Amino acid sequence: MTLSPTTMAAVRASGAVPKAEYLLSAEGIRKEFPGVVALDDVEFKLKRGTVHALMGENGAGKSTLMKILAGIYTPDKGEVRLKGVDIRLKSPLDALENGIAMIHQELNLMPFMTVAENIWIRREPKNRFGFVDHGEMNRITARLFDRLKIKIDPEIEVRHLSVANRQMVEIAKAVSYESDVLIMDEPTSALTEREVAHLFEIIRDLREQGIGIVYITHKMNELFEIADEFSVFRDGKFIGTHASSDVTRDDIIRMMVGREITQMFPKEEVPIGDVVLSVKNLALDGVFRDVSFDVRAGEILGIAGLVGSGRSNVAETLFGVTPASSGTIAIDGKALSIDSPNTAIKNRMAFLTEDRKDTGCLLILDILENMQIAVLQDRFVKGGFVTEKQITVACEEMSRKLRVKTPNLQERIENLSGGNQQKVLIGRWLLTNPRILILDEPTRGIDVGAKAEIHRLVTELARNGVAVIMISSEMPEVLGMSDRIMVMHEGRVTGFLDRAEATQIKVMELAAS
Amino acid sequence: MDTNVAAQGTSTALVGAKRRLPPEFNIFLVLIGIALVYEVLGWIFVGQSFLMNSQRLTIMILQVSVIGIIAVGVTQVIITGGIDLSSGSVVGMTAMISASVAQASTWPRALYPSLTDMPAIVPIGLGIGIGLLAGVINGQLIARTKIPPFIATLGMMVSARGISKWYTKGQPVSGLTEQFNFIGTGIWPVIVFLVVAIIFHIALRYTRYGKFTYAIGANVQAARVSGINVEAHLIKVYAIAGMLAGLAGVVTAARAQTAQAGMGVMYELDAIAATVIGGTSLTGGVGRITGTVIGTIILGVMTSGFTFLRVDAYYQEIVKGLIIVAAVVIDVYRQKNRKKV
Repeated sequence: MTLSPTTMAAVRASGAVPKAEYLLSAEGIRKEFPGVVALDDVEFKLKRGTVHALMGENGAGKSTLMKILAGIYTPDKGEVRLKGVDIRLKSPLDALENGIAMIHQELNLMPFMTVAENIWIRREPKNRFGFVDHGEMNRITARLFDRLKIKIDPEIEVRHLSVANRQMVEIAKAVSYESDVLIMDEPTSALTEREVAHLFEIIRDLREQGIGIVYITHKMNELFEIADEFSVFRDGKFIGTHASSDVTRDDIIRMMVGREITQMFPKEEVPIGDVVLSVKNLALDGVFRDVSFDVRAGEILGIAGLVGSGRSNVAETLFGVTPASSGTIAIDGKALSIDSPNTAIKNRMAFLTEDRKDTGCLLILDILENMQIAVLQDRFVKGGFVTEKQITVACEEMSRKLRVKTPNLQERIENLSGGNQQKVLIGRWLLTNPRILILDEPTRGIDVGAKAEIHRLVTELARNGVAVIMISSEMPEVLGMSDRIMVMHEGRVTGFLDRAEATQIKVMELAAS
Repeated sequence: MDTNVAAQGTSTALVGAKRRLPPEFNIFLVLIGIALVYEVLGWIFVGQSFLMNSQRLTIMILQVSVIGIIAVGVTQVIITGGIDLSSGSVVGMTAMISASVAQASTWPRALYPSLTDMPAIVPIGLGIGIGLLAGVINGQLIARTKIPPFIATLGMMVSARGISKWYTKGQPVSGLTEQFNFIGTGIWPVIVFLVVAIIFHIALRYTRYGKFTYAIGANVQAARVSGINVEAHLIKVYAIAGMLAGLAGVVTAARAQTAQAGMGVMYELDAIAATVIGGTSLTGGVGRITGTVIGTIILGVMTSGFTFLRVDAYYQEIVKGLIIVAAVVIDVYRQKNRKKV
């Protein structure tokens, strides 16, 4: 290969043992954290030139395993072999130099540096005076991009790139290390369908070149589309490895949850009441316009559309995060000016945001503090003092009802799995006893079990007369849960579909029109 | 289903959740450790006890009370993820202004001869009020213009110091009434410090004001979406910090029985140091007044101990700098370890 500015690759190549059965293998891996066994006697075997998916509910141990493979954690017990040779990775850098690269879900690029600078950081080509040779750096980046069929200007600053393009840069960076193993953590969670297709093309190319790819995903259809093999984990234990052509979707779910999930979307027909929320000609300059819809008590209105279609912006405007530039929002027929989330909450609205980490969790605070923060606006406070006992009881009850898995409410929310964090945030809003509930990607990045629980919960809320607006990128979720679907495209509403007539194809047609 | 069982298991655990050691415990151990080191060194080099001297301990805590009063405000600001560099200058400014209406008629060169012999409440109220105003300006700047707290309070730091010099063209303000000076005599400054600490300890722990303060520091976006009026709240927090700096200015003037434009120089840094030593994290969302109180006492013990051991003042500052940095390093490590769990 032409691109090898480091000596590491050469060292690696010379030290490699030829013809090991597995490219990367791990056996008898155990990892304990205070109070939890995250992995217990786990194995994992990756063949050269394959895409190997890791499946399991959140908290099953797949992130811990992948962090061990990437050198972020060291196992308490067990062996990791790369091409048949025992290795003990001491750091992510160590892993990288051994040919194992990981692409994190939260991308780790420096926004104010160019694409090329980001890729070659620490390995910049130098000119004869010892200064960075930007011309050469941009040239080798362009060559790398050509090979991967990526169309990004190497000289542009990363902050100008979309999430999808940043992902591509991360992949190119990993490839530039001449890695043998590429670990991808839910790489498609923020991509549109076209971008996903492009990503899969790149993955297939890499596979042809003999690279082994570890692919973490929650999306079942991706597994069948891209993975050759998959391994399932449950509660820190290894359940099994299978070829993805040998199994059905139901088999995998059964392996993951250890029980049958008979109905993924427990949609119930519930009596639909009066119009609660009525939106007319809502607009936010430069983002969306002419958005009009009604939501009735007990109704679930799905909002579908590609990323960037303005779905989330509509939700933010409804909730007063970014107040509307024109149009009206009426609750029970009374027009309101919702200029802040505070006003929205006072009118008994609730908003589960799309990005758990950025706009949801108070990561360093505990579950109790996270759950109570919204309801403190008008309840559980007397003369400025928080009524600790009552609020604690209310939060305990809520966490029990939502089945938050935690030893106690004094646990920091950052120590919970994604699904449990989401339940805490839902609890935060349910405590406010909302009449209108806006859910933006309520099940993104959470496991099947928690997903089903959240769907059940939303159904129950609808039954109790809550008007629900649910934004989701997951087609089965939108189709399965909604009474009506509003489809958006580039800041406009392109159509409404009733539950009976909605199909994946019809939604996609409207979303792409 | 087993999740059900687990959930019910937690419900009982929740009520009797074991109380972990408060985070201040480590800092308290550090305080004890430093004191014991001085005790031992004292017997070796000076031939007397460091701790068994109530007069020394009283002076020690008196010296840091003013820093402590400021630090209580600074702690709240830092919990929101901000910083207040202006408190030292606000001390100087409020010391001058409050002293100027606290002069006795017997003093021949009163600044406002018509405003002499005022009841103490007037200068005290004025000092606190001016501090509050400075804090509100800080808060408004930060909340409305979105400039970083570092810059907004840096501006206030320079301007407030300028005001205190301009106010009397550099002349000290002396001849203060007995009544006014009373608040600076005996252990009154310590009492003021402790009362302030208790009030805001309670406010942070048990009131909505406190919960919102932590929430903003932990994640300002999430706080906003949760309905918190972040701007209004930040103005409150900076106003309180300014008010406490104003109170500290009044106490400083009363204690010295005079006011000078140079009062409170570098106090903001001592207050930040006390806060950080006390375990408040500069990244926001974490911190307690109890920790700050202990941090303040650590600063006092350090200074007092050096003097006791007759260590050169130059060395004192060098070591003080090292200890402040060490405190932050420890904090960073603590954060890191917590992440891994």
